[in-house]
Amino acid sequence: MNDSFLLDGETIPFSPGQTVMQAAAAAGKYIPHLCWHPDFAPHGSCRLCIVRIGGRYATACTVGAARGQVVENRSEAIDAERRTLLQLLFVEGNHFCPSCEKSGDCVLQATAYEMGMLTPHFDHFYPDRPLDASHPEVLLEFNRCILCELCVRASRDVDRKNVFALAGRGLRSHLIVNSESGRLADTDFAATDRAAAVCPVGAILKKRVGFAMPIGKRTYDPRPIGKSHEPGTREDE
Amino acid sequence: MSDEHARAAPPPRKLKLATVSLAGCFGCHTSFLDIDERLLPLLERIEFDRSPLTDIKHCGPCDIGLVEGGVCNAENVEVLREFRAHCRVLVALGACAVNGGLPAQRNNIALGELLQEVYRTGHGLAAGSRIPDDPELPLLLNQVHPVHEVVRIDYFLPGCPPSADAIWDFLNALIEGRAPTLGPGLLQYD
Ligand code: SF4
Ligand code: SF4
Ligand code: FES
Repeated sequence: MNDSFLLDGETIPFSPGQTVMQAAAAAGKYIPHLCWHPDFAPHGSCRLCIVRIGGRYATACTVGAARGQVVENRSEAIDAERRTLLQLLFVEGNHFCPSCEKSGDCVLQATAYEMGMLTPHFDHFYPDRPLDASHPEVLLEFNRCILCELCVRASRDVDRKNVFALAGRGLRSHLIVNSESGRLADTDFAATDRAAAVCPVGAILKKRVGFAMPIGKRTYDPRPIGKSHEPGTREDE
Repeated sequence: MSDEHARAAPPPRKLKLATVSLAGCFGCHTSFLDIDERLLPLLERIEFDRSPLTDIKHCGPCDIGLVEGGVCNAENVEVLREFRAHCRVLVALGACAVNGGLPAQRNNIALGELLQEVYRTGHGLAAGSRIPDDPELPLLLNQVHPVHEVVRIDYFLPGCPPSADAIWDFLNALIEGRAPTLGPGLLQYD
């Protein structure tokens, strides 16, 4: 018998060493996620992929698949928890989708649609985070950063440049750039780096192409993120 | 219900609808009017109270209130409170009502600095421009707020603006006494 577990009642096969997220993605099943990406080691920080296994909460991107697990994923109760996590992310940053180049291609926004988030609910922080436009080809818009560390992992593990890091703790956590001035222009970052294309939100943006693809024709306009055949696929691939 | 009761039942009363644009651009109202000919059947079921479409200045008791725009000045606060006091169901209509929207991009700039730049030191100003100080002008708040940070809101309809179809679906649900939901493709933040 092949190894398998149940995801919302469906049998999902897995191979040894796979996480619940990896096995679900391989089977074309969507488990909501923000900080997980198929090409990178899991980070387990956004908690969007929270599922219940045998009644206990776990993050699908970090927990190993095991034979006979009963995994609850898209129940109204769990999606409601996810909605709350999304609302917290929205009010912690400055997310003005109508003026964001990423709108329609944004994983945060698409996930919020999928979870039916109608309001940010909480009081907004409206933080003050100046952007970094120093680099000739790439813009950093820290107001939209959700601290997923995908750029950190891509720059460190693929580009071998270590351009990004998270600094601070708790509410003060923020993304920093590894140069003496703290500016992107003073690093060896290049627009062709993997880290330049990995950001799920509109925080790392290539300049001068923001509206090359019109709103309405973007990744998640015709196809909601939950209907994606290969969950985890992003437009950079 | 007994037969006698059914015969005695009056035709359904028209619901009263009030609408207002606070710190908005009237884009949501324009999108509302984009329901086009569907306005006619709608008008058989609702009647407008205070609204830019009627020019009634104060809101009477209403069934539904639609609020476009966030809250950027003292008058907005007053009007929003009036809507809350008079509307049974209050809806935040559009991105600015839901999260402050683009006007809230000023929230990181001190109000004094902002006014200086816009009216005195910015580009393209006429000679001698000064910060408007007519006592009739409502005072600006330090920050622009979404409406739910000021009063309780029953339903939220995001979008910049929400499409005519989204507004149509939403209103129909409210009129029929169902909890409104946004069907596929109707939930958009942009
Ligand atoms: S990053 Fe995403 S959620 Fe944030 S403003 Fe841009 S499109 Fe909206
Ligand atoms: S800049 Fe983008 S990729 Fe990097 S941590 Fe922030 S959201 Fe994640
Ligand atoms: S996707 Fe699993 S914690 Fe972020």
